[in-house]
Amino acid sequence: MADLVKFTIDGIELEAPAGTLVIEAAKKNGIEIPSFCYYEGYSLQAACRMCLVEVERMPKMQVACTLPVGPGMVVRTNTPQIQAARKGTLEFLLGNHPLDCPVCDKGGECELQDMVFRYGAGESRFTETKIHVDEQQWSPVVFYDAPRCILCFRCVRACDEGMGVGALGVINRGAVSLIAPNMQDHLNCDECGQCIDICPVGALTSGTYRYQTRPWEMEHVGTICTHCSDGCKTTLGVRHEQIMRGNNRDRSGINGEFLCVKGRYAFDFYDHAERLQTPMVRNVAGKLEPASWSKALEVVAKKFGEIKARGGRFGIVGSNHTTNEENFYLQKFARECLGTNNIDHRRTGDVTTLVDALSGTSGTLATTADLYEKKAFLIIGADLSIEHPFLAFQIRANYRHHQAHVYTVTADEVREEKTAVRAIRKPRFQEFDALPELRDALAAEPNLVILFGDSVKGEDVRKLVAFGESLGIPVSYCALVDYSNSRGAIDMGLTPELLPGYHASGTPGLNVGEMLAATDLDAFWVIGENPLENAKLSTKRPFVVVQDMFLTETAQKADVVLPSASAYEKNGTVTNGCGEVQKLKRAVSMLGTKPDLEIIGLIAKEMGFAPRMGPWLPDTVFNEIRKAVKGYDIPLPAITLGAQQTMPVNGRVGVQTNPDLVASAHENLFTSGTLGRYSKILNSVIEKRANQ
Amino acid sequence: MYNSPSPLEVQVLTRRFRLPNSHSIETYLQNDGYKAVEKALGMSQEDIINEVKASGLRGRGGAGFPTGMKWGFVPRTSPKPKYIMVNGDESEPGTCKDRLLMQYDPHQLIEGIIIAGQAVGAEQGYIYIRGEFRYLIEHMDRAIAEAYQRGFLGANIFGSGKTFHLATHSGAGAYECGEESALLESFEGKRGNPRIRPPFPAVAGAYQCPTILNNVETYCAVPSIILNGAAHFAGLGSPKNGGTRLFCLSGHVNKPGVYELPMGFNLMRMINEVGGGVRGGKKLKAVIPGGSSCPVLKADECDLAMDFDSVAAAKSMLGSGGVVVMDEDTCMVKAALRIMRFYAHESCGWCIPCREGTTWLRKLLQRFHDGMGTKSDIVLIGDLSKNMLGRTFCPLGDAAAMPTIAFVEKFRDEFEAHLDGKPCPYEKSSKLVAA
Repeated sequence: MADLVKFTIDGIELEAPAGTLVIEAAKKNGIEIPSFCYYEGYSLQAACRMCLVEVERMPKMQVACTLPVGPGMVVRTNTPQIQAARKGTLEFLLGNHPLDCPVCDKGGECELQDMVFRYGAGESRFTETKIHVDEQQWSPVVFYDAPRCILCFRCVRACDEGMGVGALGVINRGAVSLIAPNMQDHLNCDECGQCIDICPVGALTSGTYRYQTRPWEMEHVGTICTHCSDGCKTTLGVRHEQIMRGNNRDRSGINGEFLCVKGRYAFDFYDHAERLQTPMVRNVAGKLEPASWSKALEVVAKKFGEIKARGGRFGIVGSNHTTNEENFYLQKFARECLGTNNIDHRRTGDVTTLVDALSGTSGTLATTADLYEKKAFLIIGADLSIEHPFLAFQIRANYRHHQAHVYTVTADEVREEKTAVRAIRKPRFQEFDALPELRDALAAEPNLVILFGDSVKGEDVRKLVAFGESLGIPVSYCALVDYSNSRGAIDMGLTPELLPGYHASGTPGLNVGEMLAATDLDAFWVIGENPLENAKLSTKRPFVVVQDMFLTETAQKADVVLPSASAYEKNGTVTNGCGEVQKLKRAVSMLGTKPDLEIIGLIAKEMGFAPRMGPWLPDTVFNEIRKAVKGYDIPLPAITLGAQQTMPVNGRVGVQTNPDLVASAHENLFTSGTLGRYSKILNSVIEKRANQ
Repeated sequence: MYNSPSPLEVQVLTRRFRLPNSHSIETYLQNDGYKAVEKALGMSQEDIINEVKASGLRGRGGAGFPTGMKWGFVPRTSPKPKYIMVNGDESEPGTCKDRLLMQYDPHQLIEGIIIAGQAVGAEQGYIYIRGEFRYLIEHMDRAIAEAYQRGFLGANIFGSGKTFHLATHSGAGAYECGEESALLESFEGKRGNPRIRPPFPAVAGAYQCPTILNNVETYCAVPSIILNGAAHFAGLGSPKNGGTRLFCLSGHVNKPGVYELPMGFNLMRMINEVGGGVRGGKKLKAVIPGGSSCPVLKADECDLAMDFDSVAAAKSMLGSGGVVVMDEDTCMVKAALRIMRFYAHESCGWCIPCREGTTWLRKLLQRFHDGMGTKSDIVLIGDLSKNMLGRTFCPLGDAAAMPTIAFVEKFRDEFEAHLDGKPCPYEKSSKLVAA
């Protein structure tokens, strides 16, 4: 840590490490120095001139955002001269700024509004004609209203430095300067919307939120994005049981204020017109027809009971999106009540082998915070910026702030190469060949995080961990997985061979492939998954039950379809790819649907297993998980607002799993399995890009 | 050919201008050309810098910073390459000297650059030439090629074993790029916005390497200093203001032109004796002493020595040497408007006070000049200018604010004469158009 420097701001004696900027030192001590262009974490601009302060022995006022504190420095932030300067600057800004606050999206949370309220210039002396530029739409999600723009260049930096995209720039000069997109009149970018979020005024607005509501009309519900496995917190703005927007301006989650296009916009599948809102039962004519919940549950329970009684075969497929509680409850029901190990889910990364290989070594699992703090990164077989935008964002910020060393071994060009010290191209499954030539460089690093995609699995994971061990430096690992609770599904034992906590299940049941191939299944029960999207059941006419939000290919073949709640409509916990457990918080309710936990509970109850299963309350089930699954004994306060990493195994995993079952869907920025298909905004982005 | 010379001139930098083929290397060599650099190659870096310090040479771009001191700031032991950057982005309204220096004596500039390179151990120089001076780029390129042919530039200059390369770089037509840090941004291929300073270019300039950045005229003065000695150069000017200066005399004088005069030359003598007096025998009203960014001087303030310190004492600036003379028929409101129109057009848009202030003031002054002004507007013009002054990112905001404040303070009566729909007293048919 740098030496501490003593200085004075507004008569208060303070201390801060040498190099601290005056604006930061003031903020840390509760003294506000207003600014527009200064933004923590991004490059300095000194462009808005709002943060002028007086410093003793300096003739002119100084900008606090580029001035480091010095020993004995005496700073004043609130003299008449400074007040006049702030007011003067605001008056300049308001000259061309339209006073359309009553209709502006930003009204109520606008930094310019707040500043004028506090620092004056509420009455205009500007009597000239304002400069007008028509509003532009740059993409399905980004609109630019130039007259409102105060040219603080935050968006330009967020896009360039934060995202590594650099799709925004400045054109023209002087008062007619404009922010401009990279493709003349439209954007070709990640559509992450960070530019909109970071805009202090209403210049950049969101295609889904604009003119929909006022900020104070919404309730803000912090929950976890249900798309990829990065586990970003998204704060949903909810009005009248409708999600209006997603952002994370309070920076309360592991992701700070980062969100990608999915976290920010792709919650919209939840109110898609095709959302199932009533159970359906196949009638005698062979058609699915709406039924009441009690009728549908009765049919399921009766049939399950019959099959169990005669010792029939169940095949159960769980989901990568359902909560830990639901997954735990499901496998418990399957194993303890239905008496089967035929339970599986879609495996997208070889976490099992990794946790096994790590036992007895010094290697650890990486946290998302590690990605910002560790010194070196080896990315194998993954296009991180596209498949795991938040993890990529962390590493990018790490590079920007701490000059982290990035090494990539990928089949194709990836964005991380731009900042990599070494970038090697190897075809998939041959990435290992590149490791020997990186050995010396990696061994010279103080520590290392290795992130690997689904091309590294089975024995290769063991070899990779052995390679990491041989480097002689602290190494942590991240097996990249696809969806919001892919990791949790494995931890909770949604596999035929492993129980929760990676204990061997004894007699392994059927995996998904074997269930599809079996010719003697009696019941096929699918929760939030779509195994029949591109496959067929070999069994002729088994009893098929599907719990889903939509009438997927699998649901279309079901005998009973039970409409389930989305992640935004329930409570519970999910575990992200780095093993961090976080809490889902219900934002809205969808009429007619039930959370999968409740559905499973009701089926169990109907079958008479209620005493054995216990109540279907997320907190109760989580308490059971805390006892049953190693590493999940997390104090609840730790995950009420934050995240806590788990290492669910200590010692070897009881049984080898088949690496051939591991395959990532390689979802990109704009796809997200079934959820993505029903997201209007993701589809509109894809269409727009295809047409350009 | 440019204006005819004045007998009062002291020709140091311009002494070869009127020789036939003055731009050719032959003419230059026949007239002491490249002797200074040969001398400099035999001197230590310290000696060259001390010589320039002793000469009292101050930056001719406008700020008047002592050149030798600037060179001394370069960390010569830095392992990074050092660069010599030439500011040929001459854009200050009223200033037209650098283009003559490049046109009539390009080798003098090249020689000055090479000497600067020796002073700090640079091996590469660049001449950043204003985009509008397209013809000068070819012209300088030819001169540079001549110097390469003779072995004055390249891998082994003058057989000394030392390397020095030189190239031109074109601007794209932005006044802001005459500001040194914006020039560096533009040179690196980026948008010409100024940089946060410190670090200053001497420490982190082109490509974040130590860089000397001076005006064309400053480099042109160097060969004479080295060849004839610091004392000779210093003796030409006034105390702390060494040498001569190319004054660009324009406006309502009988003989406008570029004249090389000693530093400290009296302004009234410059107008009357060098410039042949005010045109048409009219009375002098005001003078802008150093380019459009300098506060205007009233006629009775013009009995003044033209060096950096004396003009500063008169609350204006010597600036870049653009002396604009205005006679009694000149409308000061229109002059203020003309200048503000320039700055509003040239503001880069980076910082709020300059971007918004210049355009607001342009609109306000236009309306005022059109006869639509009110008494409170006079106060507002002053207020807005003061809200820019000292608060902008780079000096462009000050450059727009300072003359405006001076116009309002010194010629308030003329502003008042435009009030209440009265037509401009100086124009035969004043516009009276509702906004």
